[in-house]
Amino acid sequence: MPVRPTAALSALLTTALSVTALAACGSGSGHGPDTVKVSYKQSTDNSVKVADTYLAGVKEQFEREHPGKKVEFVPIKAPDAEYYTKLQQMLRSPRTAPDLVYEDTFLINSDITSGYLKPLDAYLAKWPDWKRFIGSAKAAAKGRDGKTYGVPDGTDTRGLWFDKRVFSKAGLPPDWRPRNWADVLSAARTIKRKVPGVVPLNVYTGKPAGERATMQGFEMLLYGTGDGSLDPLYDDTTGKWVVGSRGFKDALSFVETVYREKLGPDVSDALDPNFNTTVNGELLPQGKLGIALDGSWLPQTWQPGSGHPWPDWSRHLGLAAMPTQHGQAPGKVSMSGGWTWAIPAKAANPDLAFDFVKTLQTKDNARKWYIANSGIAVREDVAADPAYTGAQPGLRFFTGLVAHTHYRPAYPAYPKVSTAIQEAMEGVTTGDLSVAEAASGYDATVEDVTGGRVVRK
Amino acid sequence: MRRGHPAVRALPLVPALVLLLLFLAGPIAYCVWIAFTDLQLTGQAHSSFTGLANFRRAFQDDAFLNAVWLTLVFTVLSSLIGQNTLGLALAALMKRASKPVRTLTGGVVITAWVLPEVVAGFLLYAFFRREGTLNAVLDWLHLPRQNWLFTLPILAVSFANVWRGTAFSMLVYSAALDEIPAEITEAAEVDGAGGWRRLWHITLPMIRRSIGTNLMLNTLQTLSVFGLIWVMTRGGPGDRSQTLPLFMYEQAFQNSMIGYGTAVALLLLLVGSLFSVVYLRLLRTEV
Repeated sequence: MPVRPTAALSALLTTALSVTALAACGSGSGHGPDTVKVSYKQSTDNSVKVADTYLAGVKEQFEREHPGKKVEFVPIKAPDAEYYTKLQQMLRSPRTAPDLVYEDTFLINSDITSGYLKPLDAYLAKWPDWKRFIGSAKAAAKGRDGKTYGVPDGTDTRGLWFDKRVFSKAGLPPDWRPRNWADVLSAARTIKRKVPGVVPLNVYTGKPAGERATMQGFEMLLYGTGDGSLDPLYDDTTGKWVVGSRGFKDALSFVETVYREKLGPDVSDALDPNFNTTVNGELLPQGKLGIALDGSWLPQTWQPGSGHPWPDWSRHLGLAAMPTQHGQAPGKVSMSGGWTWAIPAKAANPDLAFDFVKTLQTKDNARKWYIANSGIAVREDVAADPAYTGAQPGLRFFTGLVAHTHYRPAYPAYPKVSTAIQEAMEGVTTGDLSVAEAASGYDATVEDVTGGRVVRK
Repeated sequence: MRRGHPAVRALPLVPALVLLLLFLAGPIAYCVWIAFTDLQLTGQAHSSFTGLANFRRAFQDDAFLNAVWLTLVFTVLSSLIGQNTLGLALAALMKRASKPVRTLTGGVVITAWVLPEVVAGFLLYAFFRREGTLNAVLDWLHLPRQNWLFTLPILAVSFANVWRGTAFSMLVYSAALDEIPAEITEAAEVDGAGGWRRLWHITLPMIRRSIGTNLMLNTLQTLSVFGLIWVMTRGGPGDRSQTLPLFMYEQAFQNSMIGYGTAVALLLLLVGSLFSVVYLRLLRTEV
């Protein structure tokens, strides 16, 4: 009897699919007790191999010092937002969970709440180097249960970058040190008056800029209001989000002033999702931006081999700390994020994973890493090391800000609160909303997305 | 050949059926289930069944209603009017054009279609942005320039979708027009029917079936456009070009509310099927 085509086809499909399915089950699941699987974020830019090169070196050292043990990398090649998603999916199942993962402090608390991560306190207590880590960085990887879930491998800080070429044309001092918000605005007004064709001041704003608007823009203002002793976004004692605060409206007013007086970029440029590329690649190198409220990592963009090499940037750009609103103590403000190494709750070899963390975070390796990725040291011994501070202009300045830096309340609701901030900013930037309207819109949204966990201040 | 019992004859299909159910229907059913829970990607220890809460939430959410409205505008502008009409016009014109013109036009239109969505997005972003090509042309014509992605974002992304997707309609209609017997057109011409009359009374009725299929495929494809809009405007400024797929992405992956995002996806599916039913009814072939 001739075989009918459908039968042949179905048989073929069955075989093919079951082979694939079996293969899928086979790989990925359990690996030997001598191999530690490490997931990290690989750059989406193929020419950037900073993390890969660094980790390969550490792997070699680890395998040499731990005979019989192996390190296997499971790199995830994705932009930030997608990296989180992929990682979270891997962490859900013991079959896909690696032994060590690279976690952004932005989402670590969320992943702790989900039960994806393992507390490290038992390991840290026996690790002498942990005492070297600065307090604020340690706090960034702490869960609400008081346990620590990650070892930070550096941080970032933020401040004011200003163009000395623009400043000299405007008659402003090359060693500019603004003492309060009014100083920043008045410098911008001077630039607007005296140097036409230049954007006086850039503050990232609106939803298209995303977390960049919230952190480099709004929070750099908000955390400089009040007396700095309390978190202006989140109330730790009650575990509730702050609404209706004076500081929030003041920070919004600052943004409104920048865009209403046309001290910032054209609104339509500011709301272009790719505007940061223009700032880093064109406006700053070409001397078309007076003051930029931005992060410590900018020189990464200007290194040789990147898209816009600008080796002598430090000749043209000056750095100043972002002042507090009225110059009240401590006088300056900075925000920090950064990444940590964490061990998944479903890891197969957690002990070996922590051994790998110890190798990653020897003083020498830590210093090598900070220098390679323009990171800011979170180990006191490295921060004081001239081999580190002298490695790149600006490192000393941004490391000095660590003492005045704040970490975001990165609890599960934070990403939604951040979106609400961006919407409020966007309202005052376009002029569609008054400060009062935008602030009350924020209050309502936060009340909604946090399920009513808000407190009026 | 001896005919076996129907059950025995169906036997070889069983493995395929099982696999289909497992790999196709399984995930779909799982999706439907998730839409009724408060599952989050992160930030939650346990998820629970919440019934219709996600759907109720959607209809009370201004951002969702805004996304539905923009999705309709985007679909009507770019798929129904743009791709469909332009595709038909191109196909009709090309039927009469000389071979070199036909090859050239076809080549250009199909290139736009073959380009990956993200690449097309960047090209059109460069075209519409403030320092972009369109404004350069307007300057040259002494017409006022503006930032199209800021002032008319939904129109800009709709145009982009027309630019990218017209080739498909053109191909469908070219094939359909070739099917019309030349005698019928000639007979009508002899009877004195002008161009418009021939289009209305002969061409359109004869390619009715293709119109239906094309509209349906076009619409379903347009409803799910994501990369193009993401690259050009990220749904902004504000949420003035945030169609349902972008809204869904924001909820599911940026706000990590997988349950809510999936519920929105189901609603999008519903919008798609509504469109399909309407087309099928309107264009049902009379026998």
